[in-house]
Amino acid sequence: MNNIRRKIINNIMILIMIISTLIILVPLINIFIYVFLKGISSININFFTKLPMPVGEPNGGMANAIVGSIILIILSSMWAIPVGILGGIYLAEFGNNKLGTIIRFTADVLSGVPSIVIGIFAYIVIVLPMKNFSAISGAFALGIIMIPTIMRTTEEMINLVPHTLREASLALGITRFRTTISIVLKTALNGIITGIILSVARISGETAPLLFTAFGNRFWHEGINKPIAALPLQIFAYAISPYEDWHKQAWAGALVLIAMIFLASFISRRILKSKYKIER
Amino acid sequence: MEEKIKVNNLNAYFGERKVLNNININIKERAVTSIIGPSGCGKSTFIRCINRMHEVIPNARVEGSIIFDGIDIYSEKTDVISLRRKIGMVFQKPNPFPTLSIYDNVAAGIKLNGFFKRKDNLDDLVEQALKMAALWDEVKDKLSHPGSSLSGGQQQRLCIARALAVKPEVILFDEPCSALDPISTAKIEDLIFNLKKEYTIIIVTHNMQQAARISDFTGFFLLGELVEFNTTSEIFTNPKDKRTENYITGRFG
Repeated sequence: MNNIRRKIINNIMILIMIISTLIILVPLINIFIYVFLKGISSININFFTKLPMPVGEPNGGMANAIVGSIILIILSSMWAIPVGILGGIYLAEFGNNKLGTIIRFTADVLSGVPSIVIGIFAYIVIVLPMKNFSAISGAFALGIIMIPTIMRTTEEMINLVPHTLREASLALGITRFRTTISIVLKTALNGIITGIILSVARISGETAPLLFTAFGNRFWHEGINKPIAALPLQIFAYAISPYEDWHKQAWAGALVLIAMIFLASFISRRILKSKYKIER
Repeated sequence: MEEKIKVNNLNAYFGERKVLNNININIKERAVTSIIGPSGCGKSTFIRCINRMHEVIPNARVEGSIIFDGIDIYSEKTDVISLRRKIGMVFQKPNPFPTLSIYDNVAAGIKLNGFFKRKDNLDDLVEQALKMAALWDEVKDKLSHPGSSLSGGQQQRLCIARALAVKPEVILFDEPCSALDPISTAKIEDLIFNLKKEYTIIIVTHNMQQAARISDFTGFFLLGELVEFNTTSEIFTNPKDKRTENYITGRFG
């Protein structure tokens, strides 16, 4: 009797889990299909090579926004990845003190701060003194959003590295510095890169912090101290316009943005897998 | 035989808890000294004091002195990095570096300290170390494979090769066979027996037969104290202390 009851409960629980998974997947797949169907019709070579055109003129593109987004991602990664990784190493290796607790708490709070607030902050500390909108201020805001994620994943991944490996290295007379860099960090690298990919994926879609910083630009970028276009900004601007052909372009932009993020994480994971494959 | 290591009035602590109480012991050069005793008696802590790995644990500290080749390893002047290069260690669980190849695992101690530049010579050192660890024939065709692809016994010999590659004078073994099957254990024991021609060896073991088989001297630890230290044959055939006798005849522990 008990046996049958146990099996029934087992099956019911499995069913509940499958349904929960489907509930998560349905909106995701829905978005993908919807964006794809709406956007694919406006995707053509012009979209990737041409500047935006005034309303009514055909063959406009978002090339400047795609380039702008890539520049913004590179600029923000350039400062946020080193700061995040070094901060994570500090927390994991030396952070067992009051300062460490404060940093951890601050990072957790920071990752919960609405991105528009970070945008306003960047506006006050960078845009106002420079007296114009710029790619730098955009990258500053995006970097602040990236850092907590990178720092906390780095810390967690380093903590997952078995203590025995650290001891093995120290017992060979390898310095703590080399032990951390060549043994601990290398072992944790896979997880750290996952954290970086997640944070890059998040900032590629951020719009709010760029409104007051990168501002957007309808032309090719003119230097990192000048306003710069970005895909999410362009999508936003086109989506709230009253024009039908701009709406179509906005859908296409959304599709390109999703594809870019997907491709970037797919490729970096592929490279990681081939490089650090561990045979069983 | 010369005395390689002299331990004087050694006390070791984890925070407030005293785990080693007034240890005095002299370790002979080019001999195998085994440390036996029940779990938690401070055996591992003792050998970790010898290469100053005890202090890696937060709140751990040491009192007393350990004289290695006439120099106190706990004096201000001793450089802990060069000390650990002279006193190698093999741990209880095989712990090869998982992201490194077999070759790089052996070369790690040399390469990661930047002492080495020319590659051809490094190949020789790696081959030599693997041969000494009796692993060369099994891995010579797959040196670029990850260290973690080997079996447990092979991994432990890889760890021995890794320790040998930095050319230490003393090797500490912390229960090196406790995670291995009998065949792998026999291989490691043979290896230790051969290594004592060139190295001073201290081995912590739970296995009394193992201590009897491979060691020249044996120390018996109980509750953080060194109860008895003598030649292995004396300890096992004619123990002076009642507690030693009880332990080796299996009446407790």
